Amino acid sequence: MTAHDARFVGGAIPLSGSVDMMHGSGGRATAELVQALFVRHFDNPMLRAGNDQAAFQPPAGRLVISTDGHVVSPIFFPGGDIGSLAVHGTINDVAMAGARPLYLSAAFILEQGFPLADLERIVVSMAAASRLAGVPIVTGDTKVVERGKGDGVFITTTGVGVVPEGVDVSGDKARPGDVILLNGSIGDHGVAILSKRENLAFETEIVSDSAALHGLVADMVAAVPGIRVLRDPTRGGLASTLNEIAQQSRVGLRLDEAAIPMKADVRAACELLGLDPLYIANEGKLIAICAPADADRLLAVMRAHPLGQEAAKIGEAVADDLAFVQMRTAFGGERNVDWLAGEQLPRIC
Amino acid sequence: MKYVDEFRAGDLAQGLAAAIAREADPSHTYNVMEFCGGHTHAIFRYGVQDLMPANLRFVHGPGCPVCVLPIGRVDNALELAGDPRVTLCTYGDMMRVPATGRRSLLKAKAEGADVRMIYSTQDALRIAVENPDREVVLFAIGFETTTPPTAVVLKQAAAAGLKNFSVFCNHVLTPAAITHILESPEVREIGTVAIDGFLGPSHVSSVIGSQPYEFFAQEYQRPVVIAGFEPLDVMQATLMIIRQLNDGRHEVENQYARVVTREGNRKAQALVAEVFELRSSFEWRGLGLVPYSALRIRPQFAAFDAELRFGVETKPARDAKSCECPSILRGAKKPTDCKLFGTVCAPESPIGSCMVSSEGACAAYWTYGRFRQQTRPAARSTEAAA
Ligand code: SF4
Repeated sequence: MTAHDARFVGGAIPLSGSVDMMHGSGGRATAELVQALFVRHFDNPMLRAGNDQAAFQPPAGRLVISTDGHVVSPIFFPGGDIGSLAVHGTINDVAMAGARPLYLSAAFILEQGFPLADLERIVVSMAAASRLAGVPIVTGDTKVVERGKGDGVFITTTGVGVVPEGVDVSGDKARPGDVILLNGSIGDHGVAILSKRENLAFETEIVSDSAALHGLVADMVAAVPGIRVLRDPTRGGLASTLNEIAQQSRVGLRLDEAAIPMKADVRAACELLGLDPLYIANEGKLIAICAPADADRLLAVMRAHPLGQEAAKIGEAVADDLAFVQMRTAFGGERNVDWLAGEQLPRIC
Repeated sequence: MKYVDEFRAGDLAQGLAAAIAREADPSHTYNVMEFCGGHTHAIFRYGVQDLMPANLRFVHGPGCPVCVLPIGRVDNALELAGDPRVTLCTYGDMMRVPATGRRSLLKAKAEGADVRMIYSTQDALRIAVENPDREVVLFAIGFETTTPPTAVVLKQAAAAGLKNFSVFCNHVLTPAAITHILESPEVREIGTVAIDGFLGPSHVSSVIGSQPYEFFAQEYQRPVVIAGFEPLDVMQATLMIIRQLNDGRHEVENQYARVVTREGNRKAQALVAEVFELRSSFEWRGLGLVPYSALRIRPQFAAFDAELRFGVETKPARDAKSCECPSILRGAKKPTDCKLFGTVCAPESPIGSCMVSSEGACAAYWTYGRFRQQTRPAARSTEAAA
């Protein structure tokens, strides 16, 4: 660009003002937005090539692909924003196959009128998250919808990854006697989001746990290649995720409430709002289920990783044709931990 | 905020459980009705029943405001929401309650009605201020605890001279309902379990005090212990009831002394009295017409009364056939006695109101206690889809 007069080639657009219908027209304004924002911040050779797709040599092993739409409200929240969440969420979905994530794609649906400065903040945060994770965003798309037909910004991310030899993780592999491990405290993300809701705004120190977990997963599968199940308990929380696994594996799961890590602030906020923390969303947590003989080793590896310092054994799988998730309460009583019926509150992730 | 943990401590629970086991006379049965859905919820969520001796049974009462609202009033709310001028504001639980023909506010919203879920009465007021061209109606429900906030918005709306705000008032009164459970002949006909004592609703008493239950305890010779909503509160209050029954006493005791006084909150009472007056009779789901058990808006605030403004007329409406909510709300039957429980009726597809609110007895059974039944009702998946 420096060799030419910007007036003749249509220089970089200023990132002030707001998203306009022409930014989605596919014309020059779209190209300028893509250059000035996405290519500039996500910068990598594949993206720079400017094609509508990214081509790469597939490595040996089983490939994994996962896609996720992100519609979080509010867009910015303590501990993250929709951009970093979109990167972490998809990396984690790929990683939960025991895989090493390789590349991401990102599609943006922008609402007319959305401030370009906010969009840049989101893109910068995505770029930082992807760089830190070592998983580049190599292709993408931008569309604009009329005012009132979106909610500021929606982001869809897709990730591909590759599963190391000898690893075969799946939700249907839990067996009676297996041990359930969790890498840290639950409910942080959901409570951080709720604390910024217009109608609920309350004071809390809690920040989202949003994080990319593939590094932790890499350590875990290296130490225990025979891990049976990995799953990140995002929307629907720990309870819904465990119900999914119980159904897939046709086993019962028994939890010990006292062993489930939870911050006092999260517990208090949930109490205040009448919510059950077991159903609150997380974005940096994973559940691992492994054979009893592997449990201690796996737990030690998790605790040695920064994202697993509070890892704990929270329960075990049992034979149960009905695939119920049950919990021994901190009180010493028993209760069922059911699927979430409807939503606890509207859309938190 | 720290207090939550202290009231949950497992060893305290074990200590209380041991005391209850020691003091409960094995030659007696103790049927304790918890009036409030909050207590029902705590009992199930923390597995409190597991810590009780076999001869102590919790009977789940009608204390869930969503559950006791008769279907005709939900029909009224749907009519209001169907008025194209109206924005109807309601609490989340109310959205899913089935009305006649299994319609609900949630379905009406999906079909285009302007129904807004609110978290507080202030939200409704704000919506009215921000949308002067809409008729904003607050669908107000609840016991004594939720009445003062409704009174506050009514006064605020009057002070601000708002022309587009009104309240569809469905506030009900607890003591009248508890009396009715023991007293009305029709209730006795249906068959009510013998109730030996009551866990009194703590939040209600934080407003009205414990005093209104004194007459009741005397007249019916049943102990009433005002109990907080933490599981340890419930256990401690249960122990207090057992002690009273063992001693042959029938008094009002206050386990929840950290909040409740005998007189209650005078200021809130005065506020409520200024804005509302008694209805001579009001229908409760499960209890039928209960005299002097509900409130309506006083004539001074008539301009903000949605019933007058929109000519609301409550027609008799029938609950779904074979739904046992009425008997369950009276403590006469258990949720599992209902043929529909878990077959066509589950939280995702509620037939009766007891399955809608998380504080309803059917929902608590289904969500927290169903594993006790051992077998999952086989018909559920097919019938629910039909
Ligand atoms: S299970 Fe459903 S239909 Fe039966 S009593 Fe309960 S709410 Fe009514």
